Amino acid sequence: MEKPAFRPTADNRPFWDGCQQQTIRYQLCQNCNTVQLIPRSVCTHCHSRELAWHDARGVGIVLSHTTVYRAPTPAFKGDTPYVIALIDMQEGFRLMVNVRNGPDSNLAIGDKVRIRFEARPEGLLPIAEKEPA
Amino acid sequence: MSMHAFITGAYDTQIGELPESSCMGLHTQAAFGAIRDAGLEPGDIDGVLCAYSFTEPHLMLGSVFCEYAGIHPTFCSAIQAGGASACIMIMQAAALVASGQCQHVLVVTGDNRLTGMSRDGAVAALSEVGHPQFERPFGISVPASYALVAQRYMHEFGVTSEHLAAIAVEHRRHAGRHPKAHKRDPITIDDVLQSREICSPLHLLDCCLISDGGAALVVSSRAAAGTSQHRGIEILGAGQGHTHEHIVAAPSLTDFGCKASSAHAFAAAGVKPADIDVALIYDSFTITLLVELESIGFFERGEAGPAALRGELGLDGSLPCNTHGGLLSYGHSGAAGGMFHAVEAVHQLRGQAQQRQLDNARLAFVHGDGGILSAHCSLVFGAI
Repeated sequence: MEKPAFRPTADNRPFWDGCQQQTIRYQLCQNCNTVQLIPRSVCTHCHSRELAWHDARGVGIVLSHTTVYRAPTPAFKGDTPYVIALIDMQEGFRLMVNVRNGPDSNLAIGDKVRIRFEARPEGLLPIAEKEPA
Repeated sequence: MSMHAFITGAYDTQIGELPESSCMGLHTQAAFGAIRDAGLEPGDIDGVLCAYSFTEPHLMLGSVFCEYAGIHPTFCSAIQAGGASACIMIMQAAALVASGQCQHVLVVTGDNRLTGMSRDGAVAALSEVGHPQFERPFGISVPASYALVAQRYMHEFGVTSEHLAAIAVEHRRHAGRHPKAHKRDPITIDDVLQSREICSPLHLLDCCLISDGGAALVVSSRAAAGTSQHRGIEILGAGQGHTHEHIVAAPSLTDFGCKASSAHAFAAAGVKPADIDVALIYDSFTITLLVELESIGFFERGEAGPAALRGELGLDGSLPCNTHGGLLSYGHSGAAGGMFHAVEAVHQLRGQAQQRQLDNARLAFVHGDGGILSAHCSLVFGAI
């Protein structure tokens, strides 16, 4: 059993194309300046369709994290224990990512992380790396 | 204020490991049990609402059930809102009878998740609710999503693992008084803390069960309820709240739609949290219940954990909560999980809760949450 591939849709293809160039992209509404938490085709605040893609700096703060001991499917079993974190990116959007070095990273809420990339069969996937304090 | 809707029938099947059960078999057992309990015949049912199934999934579960059971209603549909399904079905049934479209609406749920698909199968199927691009590639699961909430909530409000464990312990104590409960052996706080880690900070005993079982209610119009053989139960208020579906897109990890849903329900019923005699609140994980108890206003922020440790959620506490044992110990069978809470509310308000019976229970609060604290529906039931 394979891990779920990210299979881009029309709404988020620019994000995944960016990842393949090791760049994280996010959407900003050109009508009301709302940053979209995750990509979509309509602004969640003003419902405008004028969403522009921007390159992010690739740094953020840990909003929360968990160490997974019980994998959801056999494909992830070999990775346990692994860390999943929610990252509030500097520009105001959010990413869910795994964390390099898993539980050994000693990740804590409020830690600063930088987004790197790791290879999966379908391409590069973002992964967080804890920044030295 | 009245919603002009009454609960006339309630029934839950055996629960636990039921190798001879099927999804539709459990539906039918629950449905006919509730119809009998209401003193009705199947032909009296003119509305049917079903939810969803993992073991016998179908695009049109309402029609599948009606075909299987030989029921031919004038209104039939299925509602899918995860753990909020049962409460949303009841709210929808109330609207159907209040509007005059139906006289008696059957709301029926059930699944044989434990023996029909294995625990691993259920966990894997549930993980598919994760966002396909922005969550699932990272190995998300439902417990991991709730663990992200727990970690943040503990960080902000000083909640400890002991607080969460106290919730699990009280639920097991409740289940010990229910002859049907899936897990009845008493547990201690240490048992919870030493149980296998699933997704930090959640341990195995912080997580709900996976069970086979079914449950159903009959919701009737005022005129049709007049002939009921039981003490009348009125649906006094209902409300919903929706903020997100995926945890990656949640506007907050500490404030959720239960605040809005319960405020609507209390306002409609003209009551406040302190008036409630018994609370039946969705407890997919210990953290789920703790967050909801505080957001709904039963306890101040940071107070639900210490209250659980003091026994306030017990039969003699200030807010007896999930007196059947909840999803944590009574059992969890998909959409039926939330329906068990509603059935227990009816039993408490009718005085049919046997060893669990509270003195003079007049007002019950029932709450379901679907997704990752995503979709919320709150109900207030009153004994007439």
